[in-house]
Amino acid sequence: MTPLLEIRGLRVEVDGKEILKGVDLTVNAGEVHAIMGPNGSGKSTLAYIMTGRAGYAATSGTVLFKGKDLLEMAPEERAAEGVFLAFQYPVEIPGVPNNTFLKEALNAVRRYRGEDELDALQFVKMMRVKIKELGIKDDMLKRPVNVGFSGGEKKRNEILQMAVLEPALAILDETDSGLDIDALKAVAEGVNALRSAERGMLMITHYQRLLDYIVPDKVHVLAHGQIVRTGGSELAHELEAKGYAEFTEAAA
Amino acid sequence: MNVSALPYQKDKVDPAAFVGGLKVVDREGDVPAWLADARRRAAGRFIASGLPTQKVEEWKFTDLRVLSQQSFVPVPAAVLSVRAVLDVLSVRLIMGPRLVFVDGWFMSEASDVSGLPDGVTVGPLSEIIGDGSDVNLSRRAFEMDEADEHSPLSDLNTALAGEGAVLRIGRGVKCSQPISIVFIGGGMENAAFHPRNLVIIEEGASAALIEHHIGAVPHAYLANQVSRIDVGAGACLIHAVVQDVPTQAYDLAASWVSVANNALYEGFFLAVGGKLSRQEISVRLLGKGAECRLSGAYLLRGEQHADMTTFIHHEVPHTSCSEVFKGVVDDRSRGVFQGRIVVCKGADKTNGHQSSKAILLSDEATVHTKPELEIYADDVKCSHGSTMGELDDASIFYMRSRGISESRARVLLIEAFVDEALDGISVECLRDAVRARSSGWLRGAK
Repeated sequence: MTPLLEIRGLRVEVDGKEILKGVDLTVNAGEVHAIMGPNGSGKSTLAYIMTGRAGYAATSGTVLFKGKDLLEMAPEERAAEGVFLAFQYPVEIPGVPNNTFLKEALNAVRRYRGEDELDALQFVKMMRVKIKELGIKDDMLKRPVNVGFSGGEKKRNEILQMAVLEPALAILDETDSGLDIDALKAVAEGVNALRSAERGMLMITHYQRLLDYIVPDKVHVLAHGQIVRTGGSELAHELEAKGYAEFTEAAA
Repeated sequence: MNVSALPYQKDKVDPAAFVGGLKVVDREGDVPAWLADARRRAAGRFIASGLPTQKVEEWKFTDLRVLSQQSFVPVPAAVLSVRAVLDVLSVRLIMGPRLVFVDGWFMSEASDVSGLPDGVTVGPLSEIIGDGSDVNLSRRAFEMDEADEHSPLSDLNTALAGEGAVLRIGRGVKCSQPISIVFIGGGMENAAFHPRNLVIIEEGASAALIEHHIGAVPHAYLANQVSRIDVGAGACLIHAVVQDVPTQAYDLAASWVSVANNALYEGFFLAVGGKLSRQEISVRLLGKGAECRLSGAYLLRGEQHADMTTFIHHEVPHTSCSEVFKGVVDDRSRGVFQGRIVVCKGADKTNGHQSSKAILLSDEATVHTKPELEIYADDVKCSHGSTMGELDDASIFYMRSRGISESRARVLLIEAFVDEALDGISVECLRDAVRARSSGWLRGAK
């Protein structure tokens, strides 16, 4: 079976500086992987190169998503193919209501997939179900995208977008950052509800605490632009106890 | 027919050509003596001054030389058929009570003023001058107050104007149905016309007015309009102007607005058309509790030039104004916003706020913003802010990462930006009508 995501020998430069130095990673449908690592190890770069952010250039290697070359695609094509990034810092968009944004995104993705667009009524019905499942208040849909949202609301809004777009691969970039324990639990619950046999997830995190709530199948340690160790969920606990010193020193 | 270019500089004025042009427009022949006199004096002033050059502070960013390089002709009669005009109106969804002018001429067959409440006077200026029944009304249309920001263009208008819209809402009358005034140009190549409008909202009355400046055929033509707007004590006027003329056309408009005590003037100005256009809005707040809210948007591309210039005079204590103007400029287009707020001596407890923001969609597009606060009173709250920038890349990437195409993401961001100004229109159907035109522009956005 073709893996959901297959990264081979990926090297990435930002501003002429090499950040990823040969990353190999395979994620199959149904699996949840965690990428852990010290600050500056290239975790977010991995998230951005997969979603097509400007300024991130792959100098060698391949990223195949469902067997297709992901790096060749525009960001919106990647989204439509089923790649979703939950941002570490969700962007505020003044003047664009959350509802409008979600409907535009969903219908763009549906068009790409050859599905009928949802009309206003169908969309409202669907949203009613989604926000109930995620325990999100109605007024969050009427407000402009992320404007004036608390840290927890922003992260929840990311999960809501994920629930609406139903991606095949969800990348969660430091989703736990800036959340208190209640917000963290709520977000983790939302993510767990989206775990399925067809969906892969890649959680990028500095700390182990998120992994107490979303238990990964595999944990990878990224240091100095390379995956230096891979293990099961127990590896996260080991890192929590020992820290990243071992990996930062190894390359020094 | 007499062809006359407009004199630009004092030494280049050819009064003979100009007066010739004037004569053609004096087609009714026997105008009342007071009007003939007002015209003569205005013509004299115009001939002496010529068109304003960029050395004149108020015209610093708008170059009218292009007008003197072109010959304009007065229009002997409306050349468009009633059918063609009705088609234009239906395409634009302009319905309900309306006065329609074609190349400056009133077209009664396309107009409809039935169903308005008692106490509303509405009709073409020529009729009101012609029947002589209300001399005060027609005189007021041509009156120039000392404090009005008159320019050579308004003098030119006074000298040549023979037609325009007159609307009077009588004391205490609440006219809930919006009234449209439609100026359709382009029926004739190189036409020039000079509408003169008068809007009087009497004490305690209220009305909503939408003004459409549109073109039937993509011809070059010049519209040079002056409107006198008086809002009486406790009265309220909601006024929206949609300038969507062909990109070959010149559309110049000046409004002289006076606002009495506890009255409100709310004006919205959209510029999406025209090769060169200017909306000059001059508001005098004359009574305690007088308020004016101005907002507007210019959306430009190609070689278009649009100028929005506002003057607000706080003449007595306890008056307030707010201004929100938004610009979106693409290609090599140029936008201008000038906003002067004057707080006269003794006009304490004045509140004023002005905001001007612009988005540049191309490296070659330019925007000039000039806020001016002149404050001669104490105990005044006045502020202004202006920003200029590009669309936010982070927002565009965020939207694209959700599957929205780059072009659609840009449109959504521009729409949201412009909406902040549109939100200033408090009457929903007016806001919808304006949004229909701004959305039309956005559909052409890259």
